[in-house]
Amino acid sequence: MSTGLRTINVKARTGTARTGGARRPFSVTRPRKSVAMTLLMVLFLVYALVPIIWLVVNATKTQGDLFSTFGLSFGHSFALWDNVVATLTHDDGIFLRWLGNTLLYVVVGAGGATFLATLAGYGLAKFRFPGRGAYFAVVLGAVAVPGTALAVPTFLLFSQIGLTNTPWSIIIPSLISPFGLYLIWVYTIDSVPTELLEAARLDGAGEMRTFFTISIRLLAPGIVTVALFSVVATWNNYFLPLIMLTDPDWYPLTVGLNQWSAQAAGVAAEPIFNLVVTGSLITIVPIVVIFLLLQRFWQSGLSAGSVKQ
Amino acid sequence: MTRSVRTTRTKAAAALAAAAITALTFAGCSAGAAPAAEAPAGSPADLDAALEEGGDLTYWTWTPSGEAQADAFMEEYPNVTVDVVNAGTATDEYTKLQNAIKAGSGAPDVAQIEYYALQQFVLSDSLLDLSGYGLGDLEDQYTPSTWSAVTADDAVYGLPQDSGPMVLLYNKEIFDEHDLEVPATWDDYVAAGEKLHAADPEKYITTDAGDPGFAQPLIWQAGGRPYQTDGTNVTVDLQDEGTKLWADTWNQLLEPGLLADIPTWSDDWWKALSDGTVATIVTGAWMPGILEGSVPDGAGKWRVAPLPSYDGSATTAENGGSAQSVIKQSKNPALAAAFLRWLNSSEESVDVFLDNGGFPATTAHLTSPEFLAEEPEYFGGQKINEVLVDASENVAPGWQYLPFQVYANSVFPDTVGAAYTDKSDLNAGLQAWQEQVVTYGSSQGFSVNE
Repeated sequence: MSTGLRTINVKARTGTARTGGARRPFSVTRPRKSVAMTLLMVLFLVYALVPIIWLVVNATKTQGDLFSTFGLSFGHSFALWDNVVATLTHDDGIFLRWLGNTLLYVVVGAGGATFLATLAGYGLAKFRFPGRGAYFAVVLGAVAVPGTALAVPTFLLFSQIGLTNTPWSIIIPSLISPFGLYLIWVYTIDSVPTELLEAARLDGAGEMRTFFTISIRLLAPGIVTVALFSVVATWNNYFLPLIMLTDPDWYPLTVGLNQWSAQAAGVAAEPIFNLVVTGSLITIVPIVVIFLLLQRFWQSGLSAGSVKQ
Repeated sequence: MTRSVRTTRTKAAAALAAAAITALTFAGCSAGAAPAAEAPAGSPADLDAALEEGGDLTYWTWTPSGEAQADAFMEEYPNVTVDVVNAGTATDEYTKLQNAIKAGSGAPDVAQIEYYALQQFVLSDSLLDLSGYGLGDLEDQYTPSTWSAVTADDAVYGLPQDSGPMVLLYNKEIFDEHDLEVPATWDDYVAAGEKLHAADPEKYITTDAGDPGFAQPLIWQAGGRPYQTDGTNVTVDLQDEGTKLWADTWNQLLEPGLLADIPTWSDDWWKALSDGTVATIVTGAWMPGILEGSVPDGAGKWRVAPLPSYDGSATTAENGGSAQSVIKQSKNPALAAAFLRWLNSSEESVDVFLDNGGFPATTAHLTSPEFLAEEPEYFGGQKINEVLVDASENVAPGWQYLPFQVYANSVFPDTVGAAYTDKSDLNAGLQAWQEQVVTYGSSQGFSVNE
C-alpha cells in the first residue's frame, strides 16, 4: 500500500521536472551522484568491515601465530578447524553450554519480550481505558533509561528474593522492552484499521480471536522487527549477566568469552586468545545470519510511522 | 592503541571496584568491634568427623588445577561433593564475593583470595578464623612470608596455596646478541636497559605501563613499608625512604623511555614475550611455569636469575600468590575447613598443583631434592628451582597491605599511571596516589595517618 503511493508521487515529480527543461532530473530512485558521499560511504564500509575481517583472519591462527604475525594477514598455518574444535571442547565443552544458555535467554527472554510488547502496544493503540495516558508516559520515559543503569538495583532486588545466579535473573529483566512496545504501538496505529476491528466485532468475533486471527497478521512486519531488536539485545546482553551470575554454567556467550579472555592474567595465567577469537567469530555468526535473513523487516520497521498517509 | 586499551581496563576496574565499595562502606564502620572479640569456633576433632559424615561444598577458584585437586579429594573422601566454580579471575571474583557476602547468600564455602586482598575480607568479617580447628599448627609447613599473609595475631584466615618470591627472567638470546651481563644490581639493570635500547630501538629491557601488583613488591624489596595497619588505625606513607628509592631508580628507566609501554597480561604483552621485544621480566616465581606453558616460541631462550638488588644483597619480595579461605557464610564450616586443610597441606593435593606448573608455599616441597634438581629444557636445562627457592628464603619481612588494597590498586592507574603516561617523576604520581588512598580510607571510617 505505502509503496504504491510512493511510486505515484515519484512519477508525478519526475513528470513535472521533465517539462521544465533538457537536464535529466534527479529523484529518490535516481539520485544525483556524489563523489564525496561515495567516499564517505567507502570509509564507513571499511570502518565496519575491518574488525570483521580481522576476526575471520585471526580465527585461522594458532596462539603462536597470533603473537608473531601481522594482524590482517594470515599466519604460518591454517588452524581454523583446529580452533573451532578446541573452542567447542575446551573445559569439557563449556562453550556449547554457553551457546545453549544464550539460546535459552534469547528464545524465552526475547521471545517473551516480543510477545508482551505486541500485546501491550496493540492494547494501548486500540483500546481506551483510564490511566492510558499515564501508562504511556511511563513507557516512553522507560525508553530513555538504559538497561545498564538499572542493572545494580535489579541485582539487589533479585538477591533479596533469592533469584540471583539463576537463569530467571537474566530472563525476567529481558522480558521488558519499552522500545518494542512503542514500536508496536506506532505500527498498530498505522496498519490495523479500526474499521476492520469493528467489522470483526460486528461479525461476532471476540477481542482475543480478532487479535490472534486478524491483527497479528497485519502486525507481522512490526512483530518481526521488535523480535529482531530483542534478539540482538539479548544475544549481546553483557552487564546484567555479568553481575547476576557467579556460576559459569549459566553464563551466556558474552560473559563466558570475557572469562576466557581474563584467564590470560595473573599468577595462574593461561592465555587462550586463539579460542577467544574463534569463539567470538562463532558467536557472531548466528546473529549475522538472522540479520541478513530478516533485514527487510528491520528496514520497514524503522521507517514505520515516518510517512503520513 | 595501547593507551586506549589501558583506559578501558582502568574504567572497568573502577566500575568493579565501585561495586565492591558499597559492600565495604559497611565493613569499615564496624571494623573495630567485629573480628577480634569472639573466640574461634570448633575443635580439631570436628574436621575428621565432618569428612566422615560428608556433605556438599562449593569452592571458588581460578587455579587451573582446581578441578583436578577437587577430583582427587572426592576420590579420597567419597562422602564429600565439591563443586568447583570459576567465578572469575582475581578482582572479578572479589566483586562477586563481596556482592554475595553483602546479599547474605550465594557465597561459596571456600574461596581463593590473593594475599593482597585477604585483609580486606578479614576486615569485613567475611572469613572464618580457622585457629579453632587447629589449623594454626600448620605454621611450620609454610614459608614465613606466606604464613604471615594469612594470619593476624593468633587468628588464621586461610592457608597459603602458592608463593611468588621475585626473580628476574631474562632472554639469553637477546643478552648474548647484545653482549649484556646479567645484572646483579639495579644500577647494572638500568645500564643494561640503556645499552640495549641504544643498540636496537625496537627492543626494551622490560615492559611496564604502570601496574600496582608490580610496583608494590619492588617497593617492598627496596625496603619501603608504606602501609601500617593496626585495627582501624592505618598509616600511609608512599614517600618513605624505600618507596623513594624504588621510584628514583625506576625513574631512570621510565623518563628516558627505556620501558616498553605495554600493559602486563595484555595480548600485546604476550606477543612481546614471544617475539623478543623484551629482554627481561621482573616477576614472581610462578612465572616460569606460565612461560613454559603459554609462550612456546620462547623455548630454550629464557633463564632465571636472582632479582637485582640495591646493595648486592639477596633481598627480594613476594609478588602475587593466593590463599584459600573459608567464608563465614558457609553452612558446613568444619567440612570446609577440612577440605581446605587437605587442599593446601596434603601431599596428594600439592603434587597435583605442582604438576600444573604452580610454585608452592610449602617448605617441604621447596626443599625437596627432587624439586631442586629439576632441569626444564625450556630453560636450557638450568636448575631454575634452585634460584627460585633461594629467592623464597630471602623475602624481606614486615610488609603489610592496606585493608582496602583492592580499591587502592584500582586507582593506581589514575594516579601513578599518569606519571607512566607522561614519562614523568614517579614520586609525583605516588603522592597523588597517597592522596586518593587517604581520602578513601578516611571516608570508610579508618583513622588514617600520613
